[in-house]
Amino acid sequence: MSLVYSGVLSHAPGITGRAHLVENIDKREEFYAALEQQRQDIAAAGTDALIVIAAEHFANFFMNNMPAFCIGIGDRYEGPIEDPEWLAIEKQSIPGAPDIGLRIAREVMQTVDTAYAQEWKFDHGISVPLHFLTPDYDLPIIPVNINCQGPPLSPLHRCWAFGEALRRACDSVPEKIALVGTGGISHWPATPDSGKINEPWDRDFLDRLMRNDKEALLAYTDEETYRNAGQGGFEIRTFIAAAAAAAGLGDLQFYTAELPIFAVGCTVARFDIV
Amino acid sequence: MSLYHLQKFLFELNRGELAQEKYRDDLPGLLHEYDLTDEEQAALNAGDIGLLYVLGVNGQILMHYAAFLGIEWFDYLNMMREGIKKHGAVRDGVYAMTGGGSSFTDEEKNR
Ligand SMILES: [Fe+2]
Repeated sequence: MSLVYSGVLSHAPGITGRAHLVENIDKREEFYAALEQQRQDIAAAGTDALIVIAAEHFANFFMNNMPAFCIGIGDRYEGPIEDPEWLAIEKQSIPGAPDIGLRIAREVMQTVDTAYAQEWKFDHGISVPLHFLTPDYDLPIIPVNINCQGPPLSPLHRCWAFGEALRRACDSVPEKIALVGTGGISHWPATPDSGKINEPWDRDFLDRLMRNDKEALLAYTDEETYRNAGQGGFEIRTFIAAAAAAAGLGDLQFYTAELPIFAVGCTVARFDIV
Repeated sequence: MSLYHLQKFLFELNRGELAQEKYRDDLPGLLHEYDLTDEEQAALNAGDIGLLYVLGVNGQILMHYAAFLGIEWFDYLNMMREGIKKHGAVRDGVYAMTGGGSSFTDEEKNR
């Protein structure tokens, strides 16, 4: 039928893997409740398949052959690739949506040269969102990736165009498609600076995102983002694509910089689809 | 310096159960399949997280390797900080430490 939901959420591995270390339990539970609300919103929209626009971290794509964009058209996927005890998520076999994925990839290709993949191993970047959004792993998933890790990265204006192309593609299929972009805002994950969060920068970015202000969102340079938001900040690409797909205003349901043990400003938001 | 090959070794180890088996059974044989410098080989033989970080291994690759080695989270962070102290600043790749080696979480400080 069309795109029925577009939102964003965080995916840092600490969100599940270091949950037991958190001292600010109330804040953690508030965050989990916002994620549960997102799950309910996606279910209430009658979703047939969920697109997860991820910023994967060298689980599938490497500098030997790095696609700027990729869409999964596999039957099933496996994940997480991380040690299940470390991530606190058991290894799963996750249903794909090969038929819908193929139609979406074909339509996206009319305007954006996306790669496609029939194999995909999920890392925490998809496994953490799925843990909250489809805990029974019964919702067909279409994984999508934007290169946010190995420079040269996908330019922001192309991420916007990719989001618009995904929207056109979703609107061209009879099924109901939900979409989430999952990234960090400012963060320095997996480095000695893990836990550092630039809250003013995050809030300014989220303001631009909730206004769905294309010009302001595309104004960042990678140099600025790296300086102010760390290498994790490159993942704003997934949020920008989700905003472009929705085209409407955002509703910031949750943000906190008070869970640095999760190594990211934890975020949940949804957009109006217009 | 062959950061590309060093990271490729870890990328393939992180995602491949066969590579993980070979790592456990025959690490020298597995290392032999990659174009690595002596320093890189030594770092991998020793599981030296600090040196690997200084050599420029992306944290998103190194973090998975540390988990594979069974290294606890706060120990992983400390090993990188110790690596910087011992070997100096990160030499290559996209990461540079900005926080002067201090912790950013109460959970770690209160340990
Ligand atoms: Fe990430």
